[in-house]
Amino acid sequence: MNKWLERLAPIAFGVIALSAWQAAVIIMKVPFYVLPGPIEIAQAYRDGYAVLNPALLSTLTVTFAALLLATTVGVALAVAMAASQLFRAAVQPWAVMLQVTPIVAIAPLILLWVPQPFIALVVCASIIAFFPILSNTAAGLAATPQDLQDLFRLNGATRWQVLRLLSLPSALPNFLTGLRISGTLALVGAVVAEFVAGSGGFASGLAYRIIEASYRLEIPRMFAALFLLGVSGIVIYAALGLLERLLLRKRDA
Amino acid sequence: MVSLRAVSKTYAGGTVALDNITADIAPGEFIALLGPSGCGKSTLLRLLAGLETPSAGEISWENNQRPAPGEIGFVFQDATLMPWLTAAENVYLPLRLRGVHKAEAQPRIQSMLAQMGLADFAGARPKALSGGMKMRVSIARALISEPLLLLMDEPFAALDEFTRHRLQDDLHTLWRRTGKTIIFVTHSIYEAAYLASRILVMSPRPGRIAADISAKIPEDEDRRTSRAYTQLVADITHTLHKIMPHE
Ligand SMILES: Nc1ncnc2c1ncn2[C@@H]1O[C@H](COP(=O)(O)OP(=O)(O)OP(=O)(O)O)[C@@H](O)[C@H]1O
Ligand SMILES: [Mg+2]
Repeated sequence: MNKWLERLAPIAFGVIALSAWQAAVIIMKVPFYVLPGPIEIAQAYRDGYAVLNPALLSTLTVTFAALLLATTVGVALAVAMAASQLFRAAVQPWAVMLQVTPIVAIAPLILLWVPQPFIALVVCASIIAFFPILSNTAAGLAATPQDLQDLFRLNGATRWQVLRLLSLPSALPNFLTGLRISGTLALVGAVVAEFVAGSGGFASGLAYRIIEASYRLEIPRMFAALFLLGVSGIVIYAALGLLERLLLRKRDA
Repeated sequence: MVSLRAVSKTYAGGTVALDNITADIAPGEFIALLGPSGCGKSTLLRLLAGLETPSAGEISWENNQRPAPGEIGFVFQDATLMPWLTAAENVYLPLRLRGVHKAEAQPRIQSMLAQMGLADFAGARPKALSGGMKMRVSIARALISEPLLLLMDEPFAALDEFTRHRLQDDLHTLWRRTGKTIIFVTHSIYEAAYLASRILVMSPRPGRIAADISAKIPEDEDRRTSRAYTQLVADITHTLHKIMPHE
């Protein structure tokens, strides 16, 4: 009963909020080019889905490619950092620096250097996305229980066996936490990169459609695109959460 | 089996954990290392296991043969099982690391689990096992590679009294049946007296062997209530009073 209520609560809240929004827009006679109501936004999506859906697909492709690249690079760096103190000392400050530098500032450079636009977008988005995977996985690897490491040593385990059979599995929960954060960051990164690239004129993603709609004062369509982004973010977050539960389920029961 | 000659261990921070330890351990002995917290019991065990090296002195093995990987079984205070593996997979680990195939190892794993009273829990993960069962899995894992020497670091300290008694009984039976050499760290006088054939009492700061008591409780009696056991507990207690600094 309580569980049901909890499930229903966000949906009910959404419906109430949307109704209030619609009512406010009608009562206060807000013009649609300032703030459209949910109905106008839905209509805009119905009229524009032939443009918006492919744009969403394009943005999501960049997002997933970036997440894949970020995962590969993040895990590889974390493993190398766990294996070598020197490598950690050498790389860590640069990784932090890359993380704190705003991506909007780096993106134009990357777009300039990488001639293939798709790859350039993926690189930008993965620069934003890789840090949580790196730091969480590295923390997990560093927390490998000492007793188990000793046990492996006593049984003559090779470094590769320690990594594959002990360190990586014991860092899995940390990695998955990082992955969930990175999943949504990859979407943010993809959109930011598209915004920067959009002015370059070769983008086809949702960000470009948002810019285009704002130039043409098609505010409802802008909102429809925003809504698609928001829903995508939630779906990515929930899907990675589900993956986390599935992979860790065995440990808990 | 193994001899320690004037072995000392000073840690990097300057802590003298062990000072001038000399002892001979014969095959088939069940040795209890008894001493208060911080007297270097774990350190001594780790030196024997080869996980640390002595700062001075030497450890020499019978026939000059350092034990090969897997010839020393180690049981830690916590069961230290891998939570993502089943009981059977945890027990399989030492064989797996040596490249033994799972199918080949399966009969040995099953019989080891059965010996530990865990036949029905082969597929269970650590989360689903009680503290006592986890410790049994941990002991099974230490025994699966048929080690010559079994090192145990306060393995029952975290268990409740009932479970501890049962595990002590089982360990004692196992020792009598297999004749394995066992070195067992504890800070319980009763546990040491009940289990061991020889008790090495250690004193703290720096860690030294303060007394070497041989224990002979007739096996046919009920050990826990026998006069010999009560007498041994009294002897150890007296020895401790003599050697421990009073504050
Ligand atoms: N890796 C280490 N580095 C520095 N000092 C250490 C290290 N391990 C142990 N020591 C110190 O050495 C001394 C002996 O420690 P050890 O763990 O061997 O004692 P113990 O008898 O096993 O104690 P306990 O009953 O609490 O387990 C302690 O003072 C401890 O602080
Ligand atoms: Mg200890």
